[in-house]
Formats: sequence, structure tokens, C-alpha cells
Amino acid sequence: MNEAEPALGVVVGHGALAQGLVDATRRITGGMAECLAPLSNDGKNPEQLKAELEGIVGDSRSVVFVDLQAGSCGMAALACCRDSLRRVVVTGVNLPMLLDFVFNRRLSFEELVPRLLESGRASIAAVPAIE
Amino acid sequence: MSIVLFRIDERLIHGQVVIGWGYQLRPDRYAVVDDDLAASQWEQDLYRLGAGTAEVVFTTTEDARERLSEWRDDARRTILLTRDVATMSRLAAGGTLSGESVNLGGIHHGPGRRELLTYLHLTAEDEEHLVNLAATGVDVGARDLPDAHRVPLKTLLEG
Repeated sequence: MNEAEPALGVVVGHGALAQGLVDATRRITGGMAECLAPLSNDGKNPEQLKAELEGIVGDSRSVVFVDLQAGSCGMAALACCRDSLRRVVVTGVNLPMLLDFVFNRRLSFEELVPRLLESGRASIAAVPAIE
Repeated sequence: MSIVLFRIDERLIHGQVVIGWGYQLRPDRYAVVDDDLAASQWEQDLYRLGAGTAEVVFTTTEDARERLSEWRDDARRTILLTRDVATMSRLAAGGTLSGESVNLGGIHHGPGRRELLTYLHLTAEDEEHLVNLAATGVDVGARDLPDAHRVPLKTLLEG
């Protein structure tokens, strides 16, 4: 396991989704969720959203989670993280993914990001399974 | 006619357009008319990520004016987007959009803008452009999503 600077997580979403996901993570993990910051696109034009995201990320090693890649949130995140080795975008954010992040944010991106994708995907299921 | 929507939306290709309008209009192509974007490959790449399987064309305003008839005659369905009123106004100069409808989809607040709807904030210059656009026979109205109430320009400006 390669330990790295603990990453900041920024959740960017439509409406109240980001705040809701961060609140839910906090209810489960308590203070550990302080490493997550929510950002809504409500009432913001693309430049305002991107500037606000830049302000939150600053110099931190960061994972920027977004709900939809095809959207203003995804666009702002991709533009913000472009050309930076200290920033990565993960799309299709869900709660299991954020829980995994909170507990493993000291991992290098090479280890952290694949496991975030896996935890997010692994949590999607139908019960009973219908193929 | 195969340009199925003319829309002014500063976010261009985004959720409301791709999912909200796209689900109903089933576009084969997005034509993004913007002089700056037409020269920015990396921004074009980002927008393409959000467009699904549809073709995305980025053009300058002048180029778009020349291609309007091509897109109109094409069997493929095109959604034409500009991110500001001024660009749509230049595209329509000389009556090229006469008889068409232009949808005001989303312009957020900013300096010198007044709120006409929660998703629509215009400058005095924007309003003048839109009045001129309507005078050339363009039906201008605001509607963020297909199932939302459409607000005609006249009602907007009286508000």
C-alpha cells in the first residue's frame, strides 16, 4: 500500500444532491466525513461553478466526484482537473463510493481510484437478481 | 425541417439538453455555434464527452450561417445551441431564422442582468437583441425543459 497526502473529496451535483450525499456520509462515518465538501450547481453559470470548485480544491490533492458526466457539474470538474496530476474526476458518484473514499483517501490515486470505481459499481444490484 | 431546436443556453451541452430535450427530440447532431469554442479543441473534447452517441459540430457564427440550409435539408435531426443571445442574434441577421422558434433555456445571474425567470437573467442589450430577433419573424420564448410552461418573449419582457 502506498500512502500519500490525504485527498480532499469534493462532491459536485445538481440541486441538493451533493449536500445530501455528504450529509449521509457524515451520518455513517461521523467526523471522518469532514474531508468531503459539497458543491451545488444551483443558480451558477459555468464560470461561477468552475471558479467555486477551483476555490475549494486549491492546492489539495483532490478527488472531484460528480453525479453526471454529461452536465454542467461534469464539465466544471473536467475543466478544473485538466492537466493536473493532483486532481482526478470520478463520475456517477454514489454513497458506497464516498464511504470507501473516506476510509481510504490516503492511498495513491493509482490504488484509490480503481477501488472507488469498483465500490460504486459493486453496490448496484437488483434483488432478486433479474438477468 | 431537421433543425429540431434552436436554443440559447450558456451551459450548451448539459443534462437538461442531452437528457431533458434529447430524450424527446432524439437529435443525431448538436451544432454548437460559438466563435471561441470553435477554436478550442480541449473544450470541444469536454463537451463531446457529454453528448452520448450524437455527432457534435462546433462552428463559428459565420460558418453556421452558411451551413443552416445544409442542416435544415439533412434528414438527421439537429439541435443548434448558442451560449448567449448575441450569437443567436448574429446567426439570425438578415432574417435567416425567420419562421423559426428560438428557445431561451438558461442564462444565470451576473452583473447587469435582471431576473426574468429563475433560470433566465438578461442584460438590457440581450433584451434589445431578442426584440429585434422577434421583429424578423422569429418566435422567441423561454422554456427550460420540454414539459415546462413556455413563456413568450412579450410576456417575459412585460414581467
